[in-house]
Amino acid sequence: MAWFSKNKKLTAASDKVPQLPAKGEVGLWKKCDACDEVAYTQDFERNWNVCPSCGAHEALPVRRRLEMICDRGSFEELDTDLTPQDPLGFADQKRYRDRLKSTHKNTGLKDAFLSGVGLVGDVPVSIGCFAFEFMGGSMGSVVGEKVTRVFDRAYERRIPAMVFSSTGGARMQEGIFSLMQMAKTSAALHRFRSVRKPYVSVMLHPTTGGVAASFAWLGDVVIAEPKALIGFAGPRVIEQTIREKLPPGFQRSEFLLEHGMVDAIVPRGELRAKLSQIFSLLG
Amino acid sequence: MSRTYTLEFERPLLALESKIDELKQLSGGAAVDFTDEIIKLERKAKKLQAEIFSDLSRWQIVQLARHPSRPYFLDYLGQLFTDFFEIEGDRRFAADRAIVSGFAKFDGQPVVVMGHQKGRGTKDNMLRNFGMARPEGYRKARRLFDLAERFRLPLVTFIDTPGAYPGIGAEERGQAEAIATNLEVMSSLSVPSVSVVIGEGASGGAIGIGVTSRILMLEYAWYNVISPESCSSILYRDASKAQKSAEALKLTARDLMGFGIIDEIVKEAPGGAHRDPQFTAENVRTALRRHLAELSQLSPEQLVRDRYRKFRAMGVFTSEE
Ligand SMILES: [Zn+2]
Repeated sequence: MAWFSKNKKLTAASDKVPQLPAKGEVGLWKKCDACDEVAYTQDFERNWNVCPSCGAHEALPVRRRLEMICDRGSFEELDTDLTPQDPLGFADQKRYRDRLKSTHKNTGLKDAFLSGVGLVGDVPVSIGCFAFEFMGGSMGSVVGEKVTRVFDRAYERRIPAMVFSSTGGARMQEGIFSLMQMAKTSAALHRFRSVRKPYVSVMLHPTTGGVAASFAWLGDVVIAEPKALIGFAGPRVIEQTIREKLPPGFQRSEFLLEHGMVDAIVPRGELRAKLSQIFSLLG
Repeated sequence: MSRTYTLEFERPLLALESKIDELKQLSGGAAVDFTDEIIKLERKAKKLQAEIFSDLSRWQIVQLARHPSRPYFLDYLGQLFTDFFEIEGDRRFAADRAIVSGFAKFDGQPVVVMGHQKGRGTKDNMLRNFGMARPEGYRKARRLFDLAERFRLPLVTFIDTPGAYPGIGAEERGQAEAIATNLEVMSSLSVPSVSVVIGEGASGGAIGIGVTSRILMLEYAWYNVISPESCSSILYRDASKAQKSAEALKLTARDLMGFGIIDEIVKEAPGGAHRDPQFTAENVRTALRRHLAELSQLSPEQLVRDRYRKFRAMGVFTSEE
């Protein structure tokens, strides 16, 4: 095993004091991007990618998140057959269909969303979670269909629904189809409301654009992870429009909480317990 | 009408037309008779126009959709509706002039009508914020959706926006939440609803008043998830490649009709809506009349179910393991 994944020359047998890893490098050690403290990678990962020193929340891969939230081994992934297409024949520097293929190869995912059912504190819940690692968690037809099925399933089984969002918004490579997913998901959510089960939306870093402006902000309860970037327009677009620097903390969870735009900020370590509490209160 | 702004591809046509005008003026003096010449040139102009407009690129259509002389919502409101009573209050924060909304009569029947409104000239555009609504505009619209439902009034919306406003205040006051809520409220309405994209239909700011039973689009309007400029500044870090993005995004009425997203393309006047706003508005009237009549035959339950199915079916993917 290498000390550092990017420095294969150092071995565990070496009795020299190991060099500190460069920022963000992962190996046996992990240096925090926020506080520069070094922690065992194992400790960091056991802590669900939250820095043990400063509490900074780093991205958590989608499957790890489901493992964290659901009762042990209870998550059952569904809709795994849904595969994206290229309805526009879209190309920029790369053809969209090629981008889909290479991203699939790199991530093992077919698209930017996992859906299924699982138990949270013994309560069956219809669950969806974005995979930011797949094209920035952007929402095209497959993501929209899976989100819709999260609500459809919750409606049919009369169980709570829960979606974890981390996304840059709608996927431009699917043009108008991506835009229409905003309406499609919101309509499915509306149908689900009639069964009077809770829908909890958890906004992770980042949640912006067409996802923020549809089902993500329509939770009966809207929870944000600490310091997540959440909003309609991205900061770069706003700065270009108003030609000013944005104030520090703008569009972060804490800012949104101050403005009454989210209901609670819950650190990752407490998330499972808090969700379980909501389901026990609202059924 | 006076045309102070000319698109590149309109120029040869306008040059020919001004020549015809000149000859007509000379004929008025009656010293020489140019009638034959005028008829010939008019025929030529008509042919040239047909040629230019039969083969417009998507980027040219985007330019037509943004033509400063293009009729805006208030122009349609004035020609197609009577007895307009404007509702300006969102009851939350402020009046948003980028969306105009209220009650009116269409064909003598009361309806709820609203639309994005762009400004003409600098001062008017300051007032209208270039047709970019803030959360207040969407919350005002939401009030009107509720009123349409309660008084069983059909809902007609006109879409024409370069996008919801991306500003500090808009974010602080929940731009995304305001749009999201509208999507859900609109998807619950049990009265007939029709939207007409009359110019630009950019992203969430457009669909925020666009979840309707029928979606119509003017011939030279565009509707998409992102503007060509924003798309190219993300993809190429260069907004000037917008022409390329417009082609890739497939954002015209014809594209969307082909995708089965919209229900009808409404013909514009030859040369674009700005060349004859009255003619174009009458086409909108005819289409609106027909769709509202069809929808009025459906029960509230059918309206809800049909619209749900319509949007439920949108998206392209396959099911393969
Ligand atoms: Zn740290």
